[in-house]
Amino acid sequence: MTVLPYLVAVWIFLTGCYGLATSRNLIHAVGCLAVCQSATYVLLLAVGYRAGATAPVYSDIKPGSRPVVDPVVQALTLTDIVVGATVTALLLSLVMQISKRHGTVDPDELRELRG
Amino acid sequence: MTRRLRMIVLALGGAGLAALFVAACFGMPGFGGDRHPYGDRAVHASLARRTANTISSVNFDQRAFDTLGEMSILFTSVLGTVVLLRQTRDEKRGRPQPQEVALPVRRYALVVLPVALVSGLYVIAHGQLSPGGGFQGGVVAATALHLLYLGADYRALERIRPIGVFEVGDALSASAYLVTGLAGVLAGTAFLANTLLPYGTFNTLSSGGTVPLLNAAIGMEVACAIVILLARFLDQAVEIEEDNGKR
Amino acid sequence: MDDPLIVVVLLLVAAAATAAVAVRDPVRQALVLAVLGVCLALLFTVTQAPDVGLSQLAVGSAVTPLLIMLSVRKVRRRQQDGKEKER
Repeated sequence: MTVLPYLVAVWIFLTGCYGLATSRNLIHAVGCLAVCQSATYVLLLAVGYRAGATAPVYSDIKPGSRPVVDPVVQALTLTDIVVGATVTALLLSLVMQISKRHGTVDPDELRELRG
Repeated sequence: MTRRLRMIVLALGGAGLAALFVAACFGMPGFGGDRHPYGDRAVHASLARRTANTISSVNFDQRAFDTLGEMSILFTSVLGTVVLLRQTRDEKRGRPQPQEVALPVRRYALVVLPVALVSGLYVIAHGQLSPGGGFQGGVVAATALHLLYLGADYRALERIRPIGVFEVGDALSASAYLVTGLAGVLAGTAFLANTLLPYGTFNTLSSGGTVPLLNAAIGMEVACAIVILLARFLDQAVEIEEDNGKR
Repeated sequence: MDDPLIVVVLLLVAAAATAAVAVRDPVRQALVLAVLGVCLALLFTVTQAPDVGLSQLAVGSAVTPLLIMLSVRKVRRRQQDGKEKER
């Protein structure tokens, strides 16, 4: 039972990869990449969780009175969520440029166009 | 490569990757375990510098240099999006027609807008105390502005959102982060070292040394970045049209 | 694992992620991604990470789906224009 969160992270990552490889629309592929990203969040937070602990915020609990979960992985995750959204935006604008230049967003058709 | 061959390669690669991942899962420390050496040390360091929200302390004090890297990624991707989505010569700007918005939607959006905006700013300001900080508050504040698009129309949104100002704000807050870091060097310690300001009283707004400053810089950066991104995408989706006559 | 709530939310996240990949139409996918964002925010809250949950709620359920929908609108409009031109 103690490996279930890790297995869920693996599942999300592999499904995202499958979607990326079989996608027929580049916008859909960007969405699948976002799914892959969320696997890393689940993995990081699963590593940092401590059973019976509370959030590492001391504005309303006394320091040392309760165990807290690992703040380092949370800090890593939270910056990545916001930065990941801007990278998604960059990818989507690349897709818009591709659709403008080639008139399609299907990766298979794009390959044929290139010859 | 045919589609079938590609699927076979994918299945083989995926199966291998899955087997390795699952094997790795069983070698990891169990979920909910009690041994977190880095976490314990981070909490200790954060309390020593009187920052109540440990996560802010990790982001803006202990790993401030890493956050500088994250901020550069954010800045660069916004820059890339702005360059990619600019209006080119073969495109023209169409005037979007204002559409009738259902009255309940309009009222709700206009009531929620100030509340959401203030919550975003609150979340930024209290980043060093309660859950929140520049990254989250910035996103909340920026998306709150766009309720105006729902509540009124696109032109009203454009009026309160001069993109040039937000672009300058984005650049300014990025440099503010750097300048705060360099101030440490000038004072004779290391880049981004949190030794410059007094640590203040635990659990008050001005605690944590340079944490609130860096936090505010990131808040402004993220808010400006999201506003610029959404503005560029809305421009593309709503206003900019291909000039059919010319080509 | 002592907390059944975490197990339930974890399975919910896995199901939402699978649905987000299985749905092939980008507009529908944007909606499922919003659901996935909310599920993840829920998971982060029950694993004692309110900071991360807040960030995920703002980004995952609002910004990313909105960006995807706007891109779809742009790409579709262009394809329609292209078809009209060919005629």
